[in-house]
Amino acid sequence: MIAEIGHFALVLALCVALVQAVVPLVGAKRGLTNWMAVAGPASALQFLFIVMAFGALMHAYVTSDFSLVNVASNSHTEKPMLYKVAGVWGNHEGSLLLWVTILAVFGFAVTLFGGNLPPGLKSRALAVQAMIAVGFLSFILLTSNPFARLDPPPMDGNGLNPILQDPGLAFHPPMLYLGYVGFSMAFSFAIAALLEGRVDAAWARWVRPWTLAAWIFLTCGIVLGSWWAYYTLGWGGWWYWDPVENASFMPWLAGTALLHSAVVVEKRDALKSWTILLAIVAFGFSLLGTFLVRSGVLTSVHAFATDPARGAFVLLLLVLAVGGSLTLYALRAPAMKMGGLFSPISREGSLLLNNVLMATGAATVLLGTLYPLIADALNLGKVSVGPPFFNAVFLPLMVPMVVVMAVAPMLSWKRGDVAGILGRLKLVAGLTLAVALLVWFLQGGSAGPWWSIGGFALATWLGLGTLTDFAQRIRLFADPAGVPVRLRLLPNSAWGMILAHFGLAVFIVGLTASSAWTTEHIQTQQIGESVDVAGYSVTLTGVETVPGPNYSASRATFEIAKGGSVIAHMQPEKRTYRMPPRPTTTAAIRSGITGDLYVVIGDADPKGGYVTRLYFNPCIPWLWAGGALLVLGGLVSLSDRRHRIGAPARAAARKVPA
Amino acid sequence: MTRKQRRLYFVLLGMLALGAAVALVLSAISDSLVYFYSPTDITTQRIPEGRRMRVGGLVEQGSVTKDGKLVAFRITDLTNTVPVAYTGILPDLFREGQGVVVEGRVETDGQFHASEVLAKHDEKYMPKEVADALKKSGQWNDGKPK
Repeated sequence: MIAEIGHFALVLALCVALVQAVVPLVGAKRGLTNWMAVAGPASALQFLFIVMAFGALMHAYVTSDFSLVNVASNSHTEKPMLYKVAGVWGNHEGSLLLWVTILAVFGFAVTLFGGNLPPGLKSRALAVQAMIAVGFLSFILLTSNPFARLDPPPMDGNGLNPILQDPGLAFHPPMLYLGYVGFSMAFSFAIAALLEGRVDAAWARWVRPWTLAAWIFLTCGIVLGSWWAYYTLGWGGWWYWDPVENASFMPWLAGTALLHSAVVVEKRDALKSWTILLAIVAFGFSLLGTFLVRSGVLTSVHAFATDPARGAFVLLLLVLAVGGSLTLYALRAPAMKMGGLFSPISREGSLLLNNVLMATGAATVLLGTLYPLIADALNLGKVSVGPPFFNAVFLPLMVPMVVVMAVAPMLSWKRGDVAGILGRLKLVAGLTLAVALLVWFLQGGSAGPWWSIGGFALATWLGLGTLTDFAQRIRLFADPAGVPVRLRLLPNSAWGMILAHFGLAVFIVGLTASSAWTTEHIQTQQIGESVDVAGYSVTLTGVETVPGPNYSASRATFEIAKGGSVIAHMQPEKRTYRMPPRPTTTAAIRSGITGDLYVVIGDADPKGGYVTRLYFNPCIPWLWAGGALLVLGGLVSLSDRRHRIGAPARAAARKVPA
Repeated sequence: MTRKQRRLYFVLLGMLALGAAVALVLSAISDSLVYFYSPTDITTQRIPEGRRMRVGGLVEQGSVTKDGKLVAFRITDLTNTVPVAYTGILPDLFREGQGVVVEGRVETDGQFHASEVLAKHDEKYMPKEVADALKKSGQWNDGKPK
């Protein structure tokens, strides 16, 4: 019964969305206030219905109602409660329902918090938001109904893919979707602005916090996914340039660019049509990401069983949304008047440079990701594009970006003084050179690849450059007595920028060290046998069978010794789940600031002993710390007072000195 | 800086970035493309030694032998088979009769050495290339191998 209510609520939500997509738009065009006013209540109603549907599916999972096909094929009574709940989005139908739920939440948020928005902009944006909802709701109702019944219901379900039964992955999809769908806000407002023919500081001030929120979630989702892949897949890596990974990385790149160009629109009234384009592209990439993951057109290490009909539907949505909005952009963008002028060497100029580099980077990732499809369509053979391509193309493009990143925050708006800033960065440049020489010396010429020198130098330049900027903002050396006051006065958005930029520097350290200096040992280890890994002596002391809630595991114990004394015991597991009967690997990881000792137990060898895989992955915790700093920076920036007091009225916005 | 100059700057910047990207792509793409072969392709065509490639098909029933960390198995499209050697721990979902894609190269000993066995998260999943290879060898029926 509850499932039917859920299904019916979805149909009602679709009807409401249809009304919301049309009436406010007509109202805004004709200036009919009461037609425009439909948008608000409609978005609230749509939110209510979709949350009801989501609640109904959640109820079915929590109570293990196996009369639903979706629950029967993805859940099991034995499963821990966390994974019963996470199971709601651990499958195609449920994850789409999550997608529209988040969309409805965002739409409702516009109504709730958008009281001071110009009514025309608000109603148009809500109408666009509703159009997206119509697309996805009909997708769910026509091809992927989560409430389909099963008769007779089975005694128990098939269970959730064990590899997904992990806290890291329980929260990875909602985070990622909050990011993907969050960009729909920037998209809706971009389309609304194109329809209105006006982009101004008030627009940017409204779009910025939403884009920032989406960016925070997406960053968090990507880092969680990467962390999950690192510790559950047992291969010691955290990024493979796989199509599904790229699918989340492209919107991130576009979103990061959007975040920065929106600042220019807000502060300087420039780069408007570029910002609109980025808003369209960021959401386009989000849709593309959904399509790539859901259609299975590309072979991915993260691929799940898929259905071509569904892929075609998402592709249709993608073509309509991106094609339609780009057409509108081509028609309307030239009318967008360019605002404040600036010299190439200025904060705007450097933001633009980094925007262009990031967009180009995203384009190369797009090319590499889709190349197999293009080659297949043109009969050039079946190919795959792997990490060597992306490393050789994407990373060099990011080098100038990181170099400029250290300088840009110190440049003033309109016209900057590079010579003066480079003077202030003399010490940083010297230290960068010193680090480069140190790495070169430590590697001894052949112990590591040449690019690791560049990686560490870049990280030093960016990290220390950011700290220098921070020190100057609070005048740490010029006026130490006034520092506490200035620390308090420093706006949260500046704190956020400093944290995030510094986070990227930390991330680059982890990226460089873990790619350049990983050591891997694969061998058959007898009980009692030791292997030396990066200065640690790793001894296999025993393997026992232990029961888990819905699996049984063979758990190995390794004794880790350094310099003759035992410092730790590590227990990797190989688990076999009961339902579905499938093995998974759980690596044991011992993290330290210099790196992770990573231990995986494999199958027993018929001749005695076990196959083991031992890694030392240098500086991996730096990656997670860098990611956490990026997220923290975003959060701090989001808490800025100027965002909380919301968008200024249009008249006030014009008073911003040009 | 006038409006026109700024537009010129914008365009030049864009072209420069795109130019750099195109140059990087062209220099990288020929070395980093990995071609996909079916077992029939490998048997019937001359395969360049030492070039990275992917081979996909089903893991032949009863073909997996393990000797410590050395694993040997055969990949089949139900018409031809390719023997594969691999060193390491196989992915959790690797098993006989299931679709698999391996990446590696034909070494001087004439044998295919896999450096990676691509793991899937879902056992219902059939890599697209494998499905196509099976279709080509006439061993595909109703969305399933015969």
